[in-house]
Amino acid sequence: MAEKKTCDLFDCGHRACGGCGAALSARLVTEAAGPETIVVASTGCMEVFSTPYPETAWKVPWIHSLFENAAAVASGIEAALKKQGRKEKVVIMAGDGATFDIGMICISGAFERGHDFTYICYDNEAYMNTGIQRSGATPYDASTTTSPAGKVSFGNKRPKKDMPAILAAHGAPYVATASIAYPADLMQKVQKAINTPGPCYVQVHAPCCTGWGFEGEQTIAIAKLAIETGLWVNFEMVDGTVTKVKKVVRKPVTEYLKTQKRFRHLFKPKLQEAEIAHIQAIADKNAEKYGIDIKVPPKKE
Amino acid sequence: MALAVGCRARPGKSRDNKTGSWRVFKPIFDHEKCSKCGMCRTLCPEGCIHENTEGVFDPDYAFCKGCGICAAECPKAAITMKQEEK
Repeated sequence: MAEKKTCDLFDCGHRACGGCGAALSARLVTEAAGPETIVVASTGCMEVFSTPYPETAWKVPWIHSLFENAAAVASGIEAALKKQGRKEKVVIMAGDGATFDIGMICISGAFERGHDFTYICYDNEAYMNTGIQRSGATPYDASTTTSPAGKVSFGNKRPKKDMPAILAAHGAPYVATASIAYPADLMQKVQKAINTPGPCYVQVHAPCCTGWGFEGEQTIAIAKLAIETGLWVNFEMVDGTVTKVKKVVRKPVTEYLKTQKRFRHLFKPKLQEAEIAHIQAIADKNAEKYGIDIKVPPKKE
Repeated sequence: MALAVGCRARPGKSRDNKTGSWRVFKPIFDHEKCSKCGMCRTLCPEGCIHENTEGVFDPDYAFCKGCGICAAECPKAAITMKQEEK
């Protein structure tokens, strides 16, 4: 039986774990961006699993330099393409560690200079490649190897950094958050970012089954729960103003927390009600800030 | 191993690495139940599910790691995971 081959620009045979959210985000982003794209990668899990030398899963030009300088490399490529009058699009694929922490200076510089590129951050909320160390993107109370939960701690003590707001403050014309649970929405946002002149940013929620502690088949379900509980908000920001938000009928945060080992200490050996109330407050604050709640009319008796 | 200039590699060279050997559970596709929505193809992190000429979908078992996302997300429950005998 002849097959119509799925023509993916991010090919099979990469070494991501089964059920990897980041690998799916790479597939969706390359599909949305198309073949006329140059991908710049930072160091991270995606760089390691997609390109163990001499293999590569990428079918578009792809370059990796260092952990911290993906935005600077992309700036150089964009300037060179402009000088040559070429029309290829420059897309950066970097993890949350490279974006929220290590690459911050280069990102700030590149956004301030106003290069025409699209920065995609696949956010799996810790440094997964080196063994699950906390990053600026790790949510409150998540247990990682550098913020372990135990007798004196409930895990990561700091809230997640608001990176979209930081880049919107740089004057980025288009900033969006997306999730692999909504692939059509993700691809539409990537295309919009690529077709908007100037530095654009898309932050993609990509659950990591190994780092968060769940079975690979649940990746999409957990990404969906993050949105349904209000702990992740899908929105679009044009010139610093929120223009579109994914609205939901919110579920309690415990529905999301209890699916993952990184939050297990909140339920065992005993239920930590104060800590869960704190996380619920974060979700409530998100809901109020972005207006994600759908008002359900009360049922008629 | 000799390094190429710029440590470059041929596009899609990762296909040499047959990740199907990682699999514990194998997805079995029931074409009778399939509504041809293509959700399995869209959500596969490997990109190893292909549409055949009849419009239904089949995975490439040479690369399928058996994660089970396709089975979990299929709206028609047309995909079941079976433990593989090796």
